[in-house]
Amino acid sequence: MIEYRSVAKTFAGGTEAVRDFSLMLASHSTTVFVGSSGCGKTTLLRMLNRMVEPTRGQVLIDDVDVATRNPVALRRSIGYVMQHAGLLPHRTVVDNVATPLRLGGVGRRDARARAMAALEKVGLDPVLCGRYPGQLSGGQQQRVGVARGLVGDPNVLLMDEPFGAVDPIVRAELQHELLRLQRELGKTIVFVTHDIEEAFLLGDQVVILRKGAEIAQVGTPAEILAAPADDFVRSFVGLDRGRRTLRIEEVDGQKVVVDADGRAAGVLA
Amino acid sequence: MSVLSEGFSWLTAGAHWHGEDGFPHRIVQHLGYTSLTVAVAAAIAVPLGLWIGHTGRLRGLAIAVTGALRALPTLGLLTLMVLWRGIGLTSPTIALVVLAIPPLLAGAYAGLEAVDRGTIDAARAIGMTEWQVLGKVEIPLALPLILGGVRSAVLQVVATATIAAYIGLGGLGRYLIDGLAVRDYPQMLAGSLAVVVLALVLDGLFALLQRSLSTPR
Amino acid sequence: MTWFLDNLSEIRGLAWRHLWLSVIPVVLGFMIAVPIGYVARHLRRGGGLLLSLASIVYTVPSVALLVILPGLLGTSFLDPGNVVIALTVYAVAIMVRSAADAFGSVPAAVVDAASASGYSRWQQVLQVELPLAGPVLLAGVRVVSVSTVSIVTIAPLVGVANLGSLFTNGFQRYFTTEIVIGIVCVIVLAMLLDLLWVTIGRLAMPWLRASR
Repeated sequence: MIEYRSVAKTFAGGTEAVRDFSLMLASHSTTVFVGSSGCGKTTLLRMLNRMVEPTRGQVLIDDVDVATRNPVALRRSIGYVMQHAGLLPHRTVVDNVATPLRLGGVGRRDARARAMAALEKVGLDPVLCGRYPGQLSGGQQQRVGVARGLVGDPNVLLMDEPFGAVDPIVRAELQHELLRLQRELGKTIVFVTHDIEEAFLLGDQVVILRKGAEIAQVGTPAEILAAPADDFVRSFVGLDRGRRTLRIEEVDGQKVVVDADGRAAGVLA
Repeated sequence: MSVLSEGFSWLTAGAHWHGEDGFPHRIVQHLGYTSLTVAVAAAIAVPLGLWIGHTGRLRGLAIAVTGALRALPTLGLLTLMVLWRGIGLTSPTIALVVLAIPPLLAGAYAGLEAVDRGTIDAARAIGMTEWQVLGKVEIPLALPLILGGVRSAVLQVVATATIAAYIGLGGLGRYLIDGLAVRDYPQMLAGSLAVVVLALVLDGLFALLQRSLSTPR
Repeated sequence: MTWFLDNLSEIRGLAWRHLWLSVIPVVLGFMIAVPIGYVARHLRRGGGLLLSLASIVYTVPSVALLVILPGLLGTSFLDPGNVVIALTVYAVAIMVRSAADAFGSVPAAVVDAASASGYSRWQQVLQVELPLAGPVLLAGVRVVSVSTVSIVTIAPLVGVANLGSLFTNGFQRYFTTEIVIGIVCVIVLAMLLDLLWVTIGRLAMPWLRASR
């Protein structure tokens, strides 16, 4: 379980990225921080593995304040996936995935074997495992990034806009891969994005943030859509535009779901 | 053109390949000065440059000092050093080392600066210590530029060691200075050609080294 | 210090010669290297070859070049023209790579837009690419200038007098002061020239200051 207790962060230049944030995140579920650029969501994420230190407040993972843990050991126990994968360009794919294990002292052969297993789990063609990251496509690199995040079998997985840099088709594939993995593995995932659609797709709990990491609303996607807290939320999730207010029209005996502007969105099952 | 061929014949004359004044000995001397100088200069400049590149501090100072040292006239520094510290190996070596530092320093910090910040951030995030980030990520990725700095330094020293013959050092520059004293142009030419060949060979070796060390893309 | 004042006129004369021996190669080198650099950038196959050639010339130690060149050209050994030609060749070698990089730094999108707006090829080159490559070209000029001023000090070894003569004379007469003065003068000259290039750059590229 993850808990933020009144954390705040002001950066050296004076930017107040996080004003006062408190929240509990349940284990074995996906929590998504969503908001526009600069709202502080990435800062909140990076407090979990101490890449950013809060100016005030505490961050606890399983009731242990992360500030009391050695940062390097902490990071080795948490999986981290970022945009543009952050792979080491001078190591092969399999060595990249094995690195967290090697850092933890696992032997080379053992680490490689587990890395190959992780790569298989994310659906990467085994042929690519001996190649260098530069030889892979963006989507393939992201899969490697996810494999690296999972290889140490961490309880917590941090994902910072991991699918932002790939095209929409690849993004949809990766999102569904993640959903499948989560069904299988049940990790505690903290996911950051600026895309509300992605948040609703992946999140068990969605946290909509304003500037300064101020919570606009927390809840399941259904809760948020059913009862948006204010106009900011309403506008952010698209309820003020026609797309999300749907009604049913009869067409040739079929019940077609139509949005407020009369455009067809789907069929009632 | 006949002057050039005179130079060639001087170069290839058998007599000039024996003994203390022979080409082999002079080449060895020259390489000796070069390796000593680059080794000492690298021991100073490379760790310093790595530190500057990794931490990002003193960068402005480093650039200013590098620029200033580059503007220092070689002959001026050599003659000054010898008058101050006397003849022998130490004074010219000090001067040569000072002149070799700029490319090594620049190569080191420029190399580290060129490494993608995202890769470094990711390496920290997956749990590498600062030393591991430096050794496993930054230095391997910066190696081409660092080697480029070594390459420049080596060529620089080969050139300045040639001039150092003026203040009494051995090496291939001796042919130039001795030849100049007696207006023996073919000798000067032969020495110059030898220096050029040495420089090109060393440069070629470095080019191969750099290529073999770069990551496949 | 008194020595400096006593010999001021002689030093001034040497400095003047040094100035000319430095400026001419830099200017000529620039004028020759920029077109070559442009071609190297845009020529698919020959481009790499040109740059390799330039880097080979750059590898040749300057003092060796000063000796070999008279032989190659058949000119008299002690002719200052040798020094100017040798240094120009050197300057071109350094600047070609710098010029190629400069033209490479011009955003392709801007050139494309110019072409689409109806600029002819020549107009594109002169009015768009050259000005935009300006900053990097200027940086190259400044580097070449410093290194040329430094290399000129070697010319006394082949009999061409300039500020470097203060080193050779000082050395032969065991006169440290002369050498120190020489070093200072050379550095000051290098800085003055650098100032000159920067000023010319500012006048030629007024838009860079406006954007701050």
